Amino acid sequence: MNWISNYVRPRINSIFSRREMPENLWQKCEDCGTMLFHRELSENLNVCTNCGHHMAITPRDRFRALFDGGTFAEVKVPEPLTDPLHFRDQKKYPERMKTAQRTTGEKEAMLVASGEIGRTPIVAAAQDFSFMGGSMGMYVGNAIIAAAEEAVKLKRPLVLFSAAGGARMQEGILSLMQMPRTTVAVEMVKEAGLPYVVVLTHPTTGGVTASYAMLGDVHIAEPNALICFAGPRVIEQTIREKLPEGFQRAEYLLDHGMLDRVTPRGKMRDELISIIRMLLGLPPAVRGDLPAPEAGEGDSGTPAGDAPEK
Amino acid sequence: MTQYLDFEKPLAEIEGKAEELRALARTSEEMDVADEAAALDKKAAALLVDLYKDLTPWRKCQVARHPERPHCKDYIEALFSDYTPLAGDRNFADDHAVMGGLARFEDRPVMVIGHEKGSDTKSRIERNFGMARPEGYRKAIRLMDMAGRFGLPVITLVDTPGAYPGKGAEERGQSEAIARSTEMCLKIGTPLVSVIIGEGGSGGAVAFATANRVAMLEHSVYSVISPEGCASILWKDAEKMREAAEALRLTAQDLKKLGVIDKIIPEPKGGAHRDRPAAIDGVKAAIADMLAELDGKDAPALVQDRRQKYLSMGAKGLAA
Ligand SMILES: [Zn+2]
Repeated sequence: MNWISNYVRPRINSIFSRREMPENLWQKCEDCGTMLFHRELSENLNVCTNCGHHMAITPRDRFRALFDGGTFAEVKVPEPLTDPLHFRDQKKYPERMKTAQRTTGEKEAMLVASGEIGRTPIVAAAQDFSFMGGSMGMYVGNAIIAAAEEAVKLKRPLVLFSAAGGARMQEGILSLMQMPRTTVAVEMVKEAGLPYVVVLTHPTTGGVTASYAMLGDVHIAEPNALICFAGPRVIEQTIREKLPEGFQRAEYLLDHGMLDRVTPRGKMRDELISIIRMLLGLPPAVRGDLPAPEAGEGDSGTPAGDAPEK
Repeated sequence: MTQYLDFEKPLAEIEGKAEELRALARTSEEMDVADEAAALDKKAAALLVDLYKDLTPWRKCQVARHPERPHCKDYIEALFSDYTPLAGDRNFADDHAVMGGLARFEDRPVMVIGHEKGSDTKSRIERNFGMARPEGYRKAIRLMDMAGRFGLPVITLVDTPGAYPGKGAEERGQSEAIARSTEMCLKIGTPLVSVIIGEGGSGGAVAFATANRVAMLEHSVYSVISPEGCASILWKDAEKMREAAEALRLTAQDLKKLGVIDKIIPEPKGGAHRDRPAAIDGVKAAIADMLAELDGKDAPALVQDRRQKYLSMGAKGLAA
């Protein structure tokens, strides 16, 4: 896919979203209850302007805010078999998929892109909690493998934004097998000597946490994100006691040594740029919003040059 | 005395009747019940074969969880010599849900690691019902790493309902421990073979079963979630575990079709718990076969073999 087809300037994009949802002009913060003007909220990256509560953000919106000039090239993900187990609960799995595709406008629960942040070329992958709870099935596994292969091919760091309720039950054992599969992907990036940075967002649970989300060189979480293997309800049922305040939240994990940092969404981009450039031995980046990189010399549909700095 | 499973009730009745007859015969000498008892035995044997011929996925879960099924400890005692348990994760504790240590398999030095559920109330509590905490995975990581450095093959025996969902386990990084254990499985330069001897419960199983070769006993199960858990989430009713077990395709037969496992080890008539020595012999032969298949492969080839296996896994679905 040509990167130009993805060239959407953030401002133009917010006009589109306003047009799409005129009745949704106001949104209530689920934490403090403040009514927030939609445009203001999206300009603040879906973080409540009153209390700082981090609401979900789609991978596409995240990437538009993350990459220089809002420009990124989508990395193609090999399509897995649909419904490999012919799974059927109260609804057929393909029907659940169609509903998720209709409501999100996305094909699956992960988006992979390459582009530049602060003029630093990276490959990024982001999980979409609004797509069947971000659950990890064959597609998400394929997406992470594709992201790793692209990072290795272009010699770029991999930044992964996790968000998932866990495994995709409708793919049964094949969803479980994404734990070793994605671990192989992480190994490939590390073997190539490239940084692998994980940004854990709300919520990151189950098999996702117990594989690629906990294998980063650097772990950064968004404030108050739930990050766990077993969910709080399961634990309460097992041990029959009330869990402490803030249990399994980002700050709690930071205290227990599982994370490097807890960073608000608004500061995430600068922090990623800064950390990655140090890991790559590059000089400090120019701060602030940057326009999209010049088109032209880039190959394979990626914007600008591949080498970090010549 | 075997503990009968619910679907074995007709069998329990026939075997009970045969037992009663024999008890009666012991009390009065005139009674000759030999023929009648033998007929009942024959009927019971035929019924047992019939019951186990085509076990539903849910019944397989029940068999896989049978308290008298041979456990990790039984296999280690029977199949390995010079077993020398190695304890501790060097950080926090020794997790008794995970057994592991140096041993010899057919005289060859190996590292053996497995989940142990325990066999009576006391040992079940001590073993935490086979549900490992981070320390268990970190002990396994340490032992796998050591095996890799000293050229020893690793044999893992998987039998766990899943990793322990506890407060301390979460605080000490259950997720990270499982992720690192899977990573170590992929990394070591010696053969790694795994046998799912009972329950392969989710991430807690993957952490040991990411292997060059994986075998499953005929009636063991391996799944992303327990049928009860799946039923309560997708059906909103934990009682729908039969339907969930069906949908999840957690049997050895389905997993072989999906290419997730390599080998099915036949169980004795009526399940491993009815003839433990026969089940243990079957596992022994499977381990020997799997190790033999990997003989002569050097470290990079073994690592590559595992990577390729998992990268290509699932591409063909049930047609694999
Ligand atoms: Zn708020």
